[in-house]
Parts: sequence; C-alpha cells; structure tokens
Amino acid sequence: MTPKTIKEKTEKEEKVEEEIGKETKREIVVPGEVIVSGDDYLPGEWTERKGKEIVALRFGLADKSGRLVKIIPLSGTYIPRKGNVVIGKVLDITFNGWIMDIDAPYQSFLQAMEASKFVNKNDLSECYDIGDMVAVKVWSIKRKGIDLTARGRNLGRLEEGIIIRVNSNKVPRVIGKEGSMINLIKTETNCDITVGQNGIIWIKGNKVEDELFAEKAILFVTEKSFVEGLTEKTKEWFDKQKKSKKKEAKEEED
Amino acid sequence: MEISNLTKKRIKDYLEAGKRFDGRKLLEHREIEIETGVSKNAEGSARVKLGNTEVVAGVKLDVGEPYTDSEDKGTLITTTELLPLSSEEFDYGPPRINAIEISRIVDRGIRESGMIDFEKLCIKKGEKVWNVFVDIYSINDDGNLLDASCFAAVAALLDAKMPKYDEKEERVAYGEWTSKKIPLTENIPLTLTFHKIGKSIILDPSREEEASSEARVSMALSSKKDIMINAMQKGNEAALSEEEILKIIDFAEKEYKNVEKEVFSKIEKNLKGKKD
Amino acid sequence: MSYTKRPDGRKFDELREMKAKVGVVPRADGSAMFAFGDTIAIAAVYGPKPFHPQHLQNPEKGVLRVNYDMLSFSVTERKKPGPSRRSQEISKVTEWALAPALQIENFQNTVVDVHIIVLQANASTRCAGINAASLALAHAGIPMTELVSAVSVGKIDDKIVVDLIKEEEDYEDGEGATDIPMAFLSNSKKLTLLQLDGKTSAEKLKEALEAGKKACEKISELQKKTLKEVKGE
Repeated sequence: MTPKTIKEKTEKEEKVEEEIGKETKREIVVPGEVIVSGDDYLPGEWTERKGKEIVALRFGLADKSGRLVKIIPLSGTYIPRKGNVVIGKVLDITFNGWIMDIDAPYQSFLQAMEASKFVNKNDLSECYDIGDMVAVKVWSIKRKGIDLTARGRNLGRLEEGIIIRVNSNKVPRVIGKEGSMINLIKTETNCDITVGQNGIIWIKGNKVEDELFAEKAILFVTEKSFVEGLTEKTKEWFDKQKKSKKKEAKEEED
Repeated sequence: MEISNLTKKRIKDYLEAGKRFDGRKLLEHREIEIETGVSKNAEGSARVKLGNTEVVAGVKLDVGEPYTDSEDKGTLITTTELLPLSSEEFDYGPPRINAIEISRIVDRGIRESGMIDFEKLCIKKGEKVWNVFVDIYSINDDGNLLDASCFAAVAALLDAKMPKYDEKEERVAYGEWTSKKIPLTENIPLTLTFHKIGKSIILDPSREEEASSEARVSMALSSKKDIMINAMQKGNEAALSEEEILKIIDFAEKEYKNVEKEVFSKIEKNLKGKKD
Repeated sequence: MSYTKRPDGRKFDELREMKAKVGVVPRADGSAMFAFGDTIAIAAVYGPKPFHPQHLQNPEKGVLRVNYDMLSFSVTERKKPGPSRRSQEISKVTEWALAPALQIENFQNTVVDVHIIVLQANASTRCAGINAASLALAHAGIPMTELVSAVSVGKIDDKIVVDLIKEEEDYEDGEGATDIPMAFLSNSKKLTLLQLDGKTSAEKLKEALEAGKKACEKISELQKKTLKEVKGE
C-alpha cells in the first residue's frame, strides 16, 4: 500500500464518519419519548414540554438543530399548512365554487373568485370541470374546511401530462434545498414538473419516454430519501442512466 | 384520491407506445410471491403477493348433508371479502358485487376444471359428505385482486389436509389432521385478467391501469395435456371487437403456460419446504 | 391438585415469543402486524380523513373508529364471515383502549379508521389486535401521547399467569380459568382496557393487574424497537 492510498482511505473514512455524524443528529422517536431535557429548549412541531423534558407527540425523526426541537414526520397522511402549493382534483361544482380533493383530512373549497382566470358565473364548469386537476394554494384552514386559491404564479388547471403520487413526507426531498433536486430532475428529463406539498406531482414532457424517466427519477429520490448527499447521488444516477441509454441505442444500431 | 382524467389519457398514450408505468411489457405480470401454511387452524392456507397486491386464502372443512341432486359428492363454497383494511375504497357490510364476482369466477374455475375430486369427499351417500369452504380475503389492493385471489385459493387447496373424522361421535375432530391431503386431481385452474385501455390489451393491471380500464376479460384456464378454458368473464362497460376478443384468447393461451409454470413451482417449493 | 405447569412449559410471568412489523399494508396510512406466538393480528389505519356522512362528524374533535374481525379460518371451527356480537364488543373496547393515547382534538370533523383482523388465533386475540393497532396508529403519524400495550392475564386455578393460550382458557380443574385482558399506556401506565370473565377474589385481581403491568412493559419495549427500525420507506 503506497502512502497515497493510505491518505485516500483516511479521507474516505473521515467522510463516512461525517455522514454518520450528520445522521445521528436526527434519530427516530416514538410517541411519548423524551427527546431532550432542559429549560433551554423550545417545543416545536409535534412535541410538547413536560416539566423539564421535551416529549415527542408523533412518530418521526427528532430534529434538534439549535434550541428548537421538532419532529420531522416519516409517514402519515398530508397535513395542510397555510401557503402550501398543492395539486387537487375537482370533485363537485356548487353555485359559487368548486369542492376539491387535496388528499387532506378536511374538505377543501375553491371559491369562484379565486380562480386563476375569468369565470362564467353561470357555468363554472367552463373554467374547471369535475375531474380536472388544478394547482392551488392553501389560503386558510378553518374548522369547517380549507379555503384554496388558484390565483398566483404556476397555479391553475393542469393540461396534459401525468399525475403521480408520493408520500407527502418525501416532498421536501423531491424539491431539495432551494429547489436543487427538482431543478436537476427537470433539466435532466426535459420535463415541466409541479410538485404539490400533498405528494401529488404533475409531470409533462414532450415524449412519453421523458415523462417516464422523470417518474423513475422521482421514485429513486423517494426511495433513498433518508440518505445524505442525495443530490450528488441523484446526479450520479442520471449519469449512469444516460450511459446505459447510449449503450442500448448503440446496441440497437449494431 | 381517485385517478384523474389526465392520467387516464396518458396511460392510454403510453400503452400505445408499448410502455407501462412500472416498466413492464404489455403482457407481463408482476412478481408473484406465494407462501403456504400461513394460518395453522385452517385445513390449508396461503398468502399471495402479485406485485404489491396481497391476498390470503384459507380452506376449512366440515361435514354435512349432500345436495339432493349430487348425493355422493362433497360441496364447495367460495367466498371473498374485500376488506376495508386493504383499501380506503372498501366498506363494511355484506359483500358487494366486486367481491361476489371474484368468488363466483374463482369458484367456476375450481369447479369446471375438476380440481377437487368431489366423489372422494363422500362419507356416506345421501347422508354425509365433506363441505369445502374456501375463504379469500384482500390484504392490500394494488390492482388485480381477482388473479391474486385465484392463485391464493388454489395454493390453499393444494396445501390442505383432511381433518380427522370421529366416526363414533359423528363429528370432525378439529385441530387434528390426517396425513391425507384433500382429494385433488391434476387439473388446476389459474386465472389471467386482461384489460382493454384505448387500443391496447394488457395483462395484470396495476391500480392506475385498473382505474383506466374500459373493458376487462378474466379467463380461468387449466391444463393436463391440453389447455382448457374453464371460465370466462367480460366486465366493465366498453364493448370489445371480435378482433380484440380473439387476441385476448390467443394471449391467454400463450401466457398461460408461463404463469402456470411459475405459480406451480412456487407452490411446490413451499409445500416441499413445509414437509422438511 | 394445583396448577403448576403451563402446557407450553412457560413460566407464569413469561410471554410467548412476540413478533412485530410495521408497514405490512402499503396502501394504508399506517399498518402493523403483531403476534403472541401463534396468535397473529394485522392492523391498518386510514386517516385522519373527512368523515362522511356529515351527521356522524364531531365538530369538536376527531373521531376514532375501530373494527375488529377474525378471518373465518383463523380458528379451529370455521367462523362464518361477517360481524358477530363478540367482534362488535371487541371493536368497541379496543376503541376505548386506544382513544386515551390519541391527540386528535385538533382534527375536528375527521375520522381515524382502524381496521384489525386476526389471521391466526390461539387466545389473546384482542390484545394482539390492540398492540398491532397501537403500532399502526403511530406509523400513520397520528399524534399520540404514548403507545398502548395489551396482554391477557389469567387466573388458572389459583395461579396468575400472563399471555394465555387457548388450552389455558379452556382449563376446567380446580377454580377453572378466569380471563382478564388488560391494556396500559406505555409511559403513564394508566389502564385503558380491563375485562374479566370467570371468578376471582379482589386480592387475586390486584395480583393480576401487577403481573399485567409488568408484562406490558416488555410489550412496549418491543413496540418501540419495531418503530425505531423503520427505514425511510
């Protein structure tokens, strides 16, 4: 073993240790489990303070960055938050708007005046019809239900393309830090993609192959969602896919 | 959320280009997993996974009077419950038509193939025969519960042993089994379900494909020497052209041998493993 | 002659080998399998989701709905498919056993549906069901203050034993068998299920409660371990 190899090995080991260190910052906790103890900490989402302790109120990953302690859900149905962009389906049309299904625990409603374009008050179905998929934003959440709006950039009825579903808890990974992951997928697959916070994703490409490729990439990300350095790994995956596609094309030529 | 019209249209487009979401070929079925003997109090039982679709089936026997028009034959009753556990679309209550249809098609396949030797299930002609109950339950619905149900019912029957019958007390000694298996013949049925979506015909639909389906045809086939069609059912609302029907029949004959080989070898492996 | 040996050789305070797994029904929001030896239960949770029909909704908090049933071939003599009075009672006491652990007050007008089936039965079926349901609810991300653990305790003749098997339930010598299923919250150890069927003194009942509490500690440990082994799916 030459000195150079020994150095590389140590660097690699260091990298692995760094990754393990990053991962142990977050561990899986169960309901009722004490996450930290001490007055300095603040109980964030899905936790509560019990005396000196911060206790988990939900199964998930405990995140202890800084003083705020919260749970990052690993599983479970989509819980809407104000401002979330989601993709919903029109279930029914009333005299003043559309009843939507956004896969949330509550009824959702889109008022006629919140549509993304001009609405014929006598025939709302001209704007959005039953069965249409619409990108909307969660405007408010009340006991009675959720109010949506379709006014805003990139909101409105989705035409063509395909809808796929992933667990809503994986959405942050699919989007990535400041959109880094989803932008990588869009560029590499040449597709238009809207990711709803509710786990509903719309993909539109020029070719069938492109859309299926984007779907495959998204599934890859959701399956590896708890791995560190995922953007890098996804770039590598794309490179591999491109190489094997080139190989296939070449083999077909010969 | 139920499938959108967008997706239905896209699936049609993909299929015309010969592509399916999960990368399968049009007449390719998903991975089949079979495990027998999954419920010890049953005379026979099996668990089948077809992709992510999972079904369990169990066989129970009891003794009763035969039907008047078949005094020397045992009986068969097949039931299917589509459990709310397996899908948010299933409700509690008496079986709805989708569960009833599965029961009847699977039952027809078993009966018409001659899989069970009903005469060997006779204890005393006109008075006492064995009644065979095959109960099927869905555990996870990811499309094509029918084929998974048939595979599970068949595997459970192949796993089943005869319970001891106490002649003196005239009752079944439940919990005690003989070493004899339930009397079966070599004719074992398997179903293949095809769906028409747009211009394409596919085998073994996924959940989305099932929701986009215009018409479906399920066929139960069995073979000893030659392939026999024992049951056939066209479902859903669209019509099929003669060409399409003939295509499906051809596909079934072609694909049956592959599926038969795979399913039977997997069941065999299980049964052999249990013996040891 | 007093009860000195259990049919399977276990000690009086010994549980059967337990198995637990989460995620066994991918289509559900949460799911789990739990087994006490030969008794196997599977639970799946859907929700919180909008509760229809509207007249059943509770505008003040979310509603928990439990349905328990045994598969026809899970028992020695075939159980006719469909609900029985026994399964309806068990569904209700299971709901009462799980409700105190849930925090669904903020989910007004919604329902959390828990479906439990018994795949194979050798006594302690409702307890296996509660343990599976507790795991499934946690897996579904339902807000919970703690987990729920259940065990069947019995007085067989004059001895207190935990985790009954059918043979013990059917014991007829001496004082016979008294079946006492119970469930505790995993941290506060509060009681959420208690039923009794047989004949016992108050003193023996107290002994049974102690034995059950201790046994449930071991069950909680397994439930926690099972959840912690879930990888990002």
